[in-house]
Formats: sequence, structure tokens, C-alpha cells
Amino acid sequence: MSAIEETEHGHGHNKNLAHHFDTLEQQHEANTLGMWAFLLTEVLFFGGLFAAYTVYRYKYSAVFEEASNLLDITLGAVNTAILIGSSLTMALAVRNSQLGNSTKTGHWLVLTIIFGMGFLGVKYFEWKHDYDIHLMPGKNFFHWQFAKKAKEIHTKEHSHRLPGPQDGVLKDDDPSLGVKARLESEQARLFYLLYFCMTSLHALHMVVGFGIIGVIAWKAYSGVFSPDYYTPVEIIGLYWHFVDIVWIFLFPLLYLLGAHLGH
Amino acid sequence: MSGQQQPIHQPASLQSYFIVFTILMVLTAITVYAGFQNYGVWNTPVALGIAVIKAALVILIFMHALHSPPTTWLVILASIFFLAIMLGMTLSDYMSRGMIT
Amino acid sequence: MSQLELKSGVTHAEQAHEVHEKPNYLNHDHSVMSWLYTLDHKRIGILYLVSITAMFILGGIMAALVRVELSTPKGDFLTADTYNKSFTAHGVIMLFFFLIPSIPAVMGNFALPLMIGARDVAFPRLNLLSYYLYALGAGIGMVALLYGGVDTGWTFYTPYSSTYSNSYVTVMAVGLFCIGFSSILTGLNFVVTVHRMRCPGLTWFRLPLFIWAIYATSVVQLLGTPVIAITLALLGVERTLGVGIFDPRLGGDPVLFQHMFWFYSHPAVYIMILPSLGLISEVIATFSRKNVFGYKIIALSSVTIAVFGFIVWAHHMFTTGISPYAAMVFSFLTFSVAIPSGIKVFTWLATMYKGAISFETPMIYGIAFIGLFTIGGVTGLYLSTLGMDIHLHDTYFVVAHFHYIMVGGAILGFMAGLHFWWPKITGRMYSDFWGKLGAGIIFIGFNFTFFPQFILGYLGMPRRYHEYPEELQLLNVMSSAGATILAIGYTLPLIYLTHSFFWGEKAGKNPWGATTLDWTATDSPPSPHNFDQIPVVTEEPYHFERKEAGVVSH
Repeated sequence: MSAIEETEHGHGHNKNLAHHFDTLEQQHEANTLGMWAFLLTEVLFFGGLFAAYTVYRYKYSAVFEEASNLLDITLGAVNTAILIGSSLTMALAVRNSQLGNSTKTGHWLVLTIIFGMGFLGVKYFEWKHDYDIHLMPGKNFFHWQFAKKAKEIHTKEHSHRLPGPQDGVLKDDDPSLGVKARLESEQARLFYLLYFCMTSLHALHMVVGFGIIGVIAWKAYSGVFSPDYYTPVEIIGLYWHFVDIVWIFLFPLLYLLGAHLGH
Repeated sequence: MSGQQQPIHQPASLQSYFIVFTILMVLTAITVYAGFQNYGVWNTPVALGIAVIKAALVILIFMHALHSPPTTWLVILASIFFLAIMLGMTLSDYMSRGMIT
Repeated sequence: MSQLELKSGVTHAEQAHEVHEKPNYLNHDHSVMSWLYTLDHKRIGILYLVSITAMFILGGIMAALVRVELSTPKGDFLTADTYNKSFTAHGVIMLFFFLIPSIPAVMGNFALPLMIGARDVAFPRLNLLSYYLYALGAGIGMVALLYGGVDTGWTFYTPYSSTYSNSYVTVMAVGLFCIGFSSILTGLNFVVTVHRMRCPGLTWFRLPLFIWAIYATSVVQLLGTPVIAITLALLGVERTLGVGIFDPRLGGDPVLFQHMFWFYSHPAVYIMILPSLGLISEVIATFSRKNVFGYKIIALSSVTIAVFGFIVWAHHMFTTGISPYAAMVFSFLTFSVAIPSGIKVFTWLATMYKGAISFETPMIYGIAFIGLFTIGGVTGLYLSTLGMDIHLHDTYFVVAHFHYIMVGGAILGFMAGLHFWWPKITGRMYSDFWGKLGAGIIFIGFNFTFFPQFILGYLGMPRRYHEYPEELQLLNVMSSAGATILAIGYTLPLIYLTHSFFWGEKAGKNPWGATTLDWTATDSPPSPHNFDQIPVVTEEPYHFERKEAGVVSH
């Protein structure tokens, strides 16, 4: 009977409590579990890509290492640091919301978005470079010989010059290169296909995150959250840390694969 | 609103967040350094091992898994278990194909 | 009013009278908008019911096209191309647009909060979003069909689907992507609801068995569906960009597609059958008026089936060039699924043994289910035997096997559930005579349709061809004739249930004398907020002798 009375009286008292929950704590536990369960599906969602990566990495390990060597490790490492930084700011935002510091929560959330945008800014320049040297895996666009030549020029001449006619870059399927080179081009393209799918799916998650964090920051500034109601900050925090974890795995798997081959 | 102001969960200490952040940064540096070394077949295990430690720190401290109810742990373990099944059993097919000619 | 309800001595007549006056979830607001924007789990369940019925009819028409074509050996009714599109449409509609949301989204939405004493699911808005994602996905699928359809089969095997097919594969993939997310959100909602919304006293081992089954199903939805989503996304990328993820000409691996596809699609079979298994446990217990035999082992076998479902997927790929060693492991694991399934069958039989069985319509469906599910399951063991599968792979034996599971199992389970909860959903009874007649016709029609297909497959008739050798015509005609009977059987419930909805006699709170909260603690139809008072559970479900009066101990 006591449970019934709680139900009857719990209503109306708190505008943050939805009608079908009995207590704020029950609501908090349900919402966080909901986010964890969502992250479970996200693990398997990215997991599909990781499965494809694992299989092709196993089948074409030598070429995957070669292909990975064309990515810029410095930018990748900087981005890893930026994203870990944004995870820290997010953790601090959650902590402040638990303590009831609404304005500070808002500040840390905004800082998280700024870090995230910094990450995507770096990513933009990486993608732009990959596009310039024809590593984007489109039909008749991906050009492995061209990309390798660009890398060679960069190492030898220390310039960002793109290969021109004087460099004599052959098409990937040029008969004089032989079957082996054509297979190498196909396998490198698979690496870059997975690279783009994984990084762009990751970036998409960040963009979605910006939107939600923005709304929650705005709510924080208007003082909605209190020590007994900070669930939205907590669950967007979980989401953002998950995005960070995905990158923690993507960085070594994509960027560091061929580092030991030397530049 | 004013009735119950104590938080649903006690926040973790500020210190713990900064310690974890520092460890994550150091591990990132280590993983980059290790990437340039050639450990032969151990290249990938080393890289993944460091990544797993980093992910574990984020999950335990930043995501508060350490102080979460058992259900959260169930979800985390289920993610790892089923991801391992998908990757492991798929790969077992590819790896055992060479065993017969 | 609520004080009155608490008195346990209210007679049935008084209850029925009260139902008439109290607002319920159906009549408290009649406007169209109140249905389209509803957050009430019961109304969302009804929205699903209407939608999947439409999809079922459409999928049935596609099956009719296939069966008419196959009644003669020559391809004289449909061209090969149209035939391919018909069976693909049949498969896609029936599996993704009908079966996946059938019991979880209709019965689960309606009954789950009622059975666990909750006012709603944990996330009502997410629930409505899930419905609209389903509607959007189905709509996109219909666009793909209207523009000419898809001819790849429901399995979308690459490289045919990614490189060669000229049909609307990408559009269909987008539709299925939406449906997938709808399914994920429903699963997520149910998992959280079962964990966090149970009423006081309702511990895990006091949950009705349907809840265990729907919980296991939801876990499968959460774990499997994202993988098919990303697989279809990669398929779309491959088709639009012309790059090879799965196309062997471009360095890809088509077998990888099959691995990823079946990682979802085998567990998806359990999304369809598991809720039926749980539902049948409810029906068998209720109409045997006896506590279920082996409650805990039935509950845990649902979870076991869900987990085992994830480690057997490559048994669909024995002939597609996977390694013999992996094939042996997958074959062995597939056999092990028979253990929890067998446990269920035997516990149902043990529950019925010496029970006070009454043969009302849901029970007829329930008994039919046990027989057909057993045949479907045992023939599955033939197929999981490596050597046998080489002979039977992609023949009508496989078609018959999975129809025994999907139709004989999942759909009969759905029918049992629909007839079981119909008085609760609408507050009205249907004609038991017509109900039993319909069940009988469906049973006869079903066996006539699909049993000959076992023989056809054993004789070597491959699936997915619109022509066949003349000597197989007799069995094919039998199958087509059976399909006609089956169609009549399906039409009957549509008629008598519609009739009952408007003119059926009032059902009263608990017409079957069931013991779970959905029957004992709510009116028929339930009030908009389910319970006047949140019930408190003090004992295990299915104690029939003590709950005869239909009263919960408060």
C-alpha cells in the first residue's frame, strides 16, 4: 500500500517527473539504462565495420600496412588528444550538474562542443588531403599510384606538390605494372573505403552529439538541472564518452598500422 | 523540487578526472611510440592492449561504470561478449580455410 | 470509484456494469489526432496491429502469385523476372514488415506494461517514434515495390544485389534501415521497461513467461539489428559509389556479406519465434488451468535460445565456401539449439498433462503450434547436419522447414495471442465457433501447403525458380491448393474479429480465468492509465487454484 501512496503523491510535485514513473530515481535509472542499451547497439553497429576491417586486414595485411602508412600520424595523434580533452570537459560538465552548478555545466558543455569542432576541423584537412591525392574510394577516382607518388615527393622533396605529368604516374590498371600492382591498388582501396566509412560514421556521431549537447547546454544555462535531476547531462555524457572510445580504437587500427615500416 | 536536494549519485572527485585524463594522454603518447617500433606479430596486440586500457579507464571513471548498478555491467559485458563472437567466429572461418587444401 | 474497485467482493455482473461506464483507452478520446499522436502503449500496439495486418495481406497476395505460377510446370503465368520480384516481395514484406514487428510490437506493446503492472513503457515518446520509423520504412519499401520491386530474394546476396541487379535494391535497403531502427528502439524500450518498471513485489522469477520471452527477444533486437543496418548501409555504399566491399571483381569478399547478413538474420528468426514460444506458455497454462511445469527452466530457456541464436549463423553458409572446420563447429552449435527448444516443448506437454484443459480458440492454436513447431524444429536438425545440408541446401525442403517455424510457429503463435488478448484489447468476445473453425482451416491448409514441399525439396526441386520438371506437378498442385485453403483460413478471423469489435458481447475483466496482472488487475478494455492502483504482487504467476476468483492479493 505504501507504494501506491508514493505514486499518488509523487505526481505533480516535480515537473521533471514523467507520469509513468514513481520516483525521480526510478526515472534516472531507466534513462541511464536506456542510454547504455543504446550504446550496446552502437557497439554492434560499429562492430559490423570492425568485422569487415578484421577480415580484410587478415586477408590483405601487407597492403593494409602500406596503405595505412599514407595517413598523417601527427594529425591523428593531435585529434586523439583533442577528443580525450573533450571527454574530460564532458565529465566535468556532468560533475557540475550533479553539484547543481548549472552555469558551469553550460560552460563545460560549450567547451566540449568547441573541442569536438576542433577535431572535425583537423579531420576536414585530412580528408581534403586524401581527396587531393586520390585516396577517396570512388569509382574511377581512387588512384593508388598517384597517392604513393605524392607521398614519395613529400618524403624526398619535403614539399606538398601534387604529382604532375613530369612524374609519369601510371594508371592503377596499366598493363606494365602487372597483376600484382592492380591487386595492391584494389586492396589499398578497400583499406581507404573502410577508413572513410569508419571515420565518417564516427564524425556523424559527433555532429549528432553537437546538436544534443547544444540543446542541453541551453537548458543548463536556463537552470533546469539540479542535484536531483541531471539525467540528460549524464546520458549525453555517456554518449560522448562512447564516441571517444570508438576513436581510441580507430586511431591505432587505422593510423598506426604501418608506422613501423618507416617513412 | 526543494524537498529532496541531495544528488541521486555522489559525484566523483575532481582529482580522479584529471588523473584519468593524464593517464589517457600518456597512453596516447606510448601507443604512438610503440607504433613506430616493430614487435613483429606483437604490433597489433600491443596497440589494441593500450587501446583497451584507455577504453576501460573511460568506461570506469568518465562513464561512472565503477559506481553503476549491476545492470550496467551486464550491458557492458554483453557488448564485449557479442562483439567478440561476431569478430571471432567470423575470423575463425577465414583463418581455418588454409588448413585444408 | 477507486475505493469501490478495491473491495474484492465485487461480482462479475457489477464489474461488467462498471466497465461500461468507466472511460477506457479506446473511447476516452475519439479524434484521429489522439490516435496519431498517442503515447499510450496500448494504442501504439493497435496502430501496429492495423499496419502489420495490411502488410500481411500484401505479403499474402505476393505468395498467391508465387503459388499460382507454380501450379504448372511451365513458366506461363509470370515471367521469370516478375516471379523473382514476387517471391522477393513476399519474403521482404512477410519477414521485415510483418513478422519482426508482429508479436513484439503488437502484443509486446499492448501486454507488456499490463503484465508487469506499469503505467506505460519506459519511453513512451520513443515508442511512438519507433512506430513512425516503422511506417516510414514500410512506406519506402512500398515505393521500391511500386517502382518495380527488387529481384534479389530477401537475402540480398552480393554481388548480385550490389553489382548486377537493376532493381530498386538501394531504396529497399533504406526502407529496411528505417525498419531496423524501429525494431531497435522497440527492443530498447522493452529491455528498460522490464528492468526498471516492474511493480512492487514482481521479482524476476515472478514474471509471466511471455515477459521472459519478450525480454529475450528485445535483447536479440538490440544486439543483432545494428549489424544488418550497417551491412545494408555498406551494400548501399557499394551500389552507389561502385566500389568493392563485397564484389569479388574489386577485391571484396561476398562471403563476408553473408557472415554479416546472417549474424543478424539468424537471430532474427528468434525475434519472430521467441515471443510466440512465450505466448504459448501463457496460453497452455491458462487453458490447462494448471501451474506451468518447470517455470524457471522455461524462463531461462528463452534467454538461452536468444544467446545460442548468435553462435549458429554460418549454418546458412555450409555450401558457400566457408572452411570445413568452421562448418563443423557451426553444425555442432546448431544442434545445441535443439536443447532449449526441446525443453519448451516437453514442459508444455507436462503442463497439459492432468490439467483441466478447455479447448477454446487460443488453446486450439496453441496445440496446433506445438505440433507444427516440433516438425519445423526437427527438420531443422536435418538441415544442420553437414552432409545432409549439401543435398537439401536451397531446395524446397528449406522452404518448408522455415515455413513450419515462421507460419506454423510464429504466425500461429500470433493468432493464439490475438485470440487470447482480443477480449482485453477490445473488451468484447468473438464467436468461439468461428474461431475454432478458422483455426482448423488454417491448420489443414497450412499442412497441405507446406508438407508436400518437404518431399519436393527432398526430390531436389530448388527454390526460387518459376519452372520445374513435369513429374513434380502433383505435389506442387497440392501445395497451391493448400495455399487456397490457408487463404480462406486467414480471411475468417478478419471477418469475425471485425464483427466482434463492433457487436461482440462484453467480455468482462477476466473471461479466461487467467492469473497474470493484465487479466486480474485491469478492466477490459483497460483504462488509459492501465491501473487505478498500482498492484502489488505477492506470489509466482500461474497459481490457478488460489486465484480462481480473479482477485489479486493487494
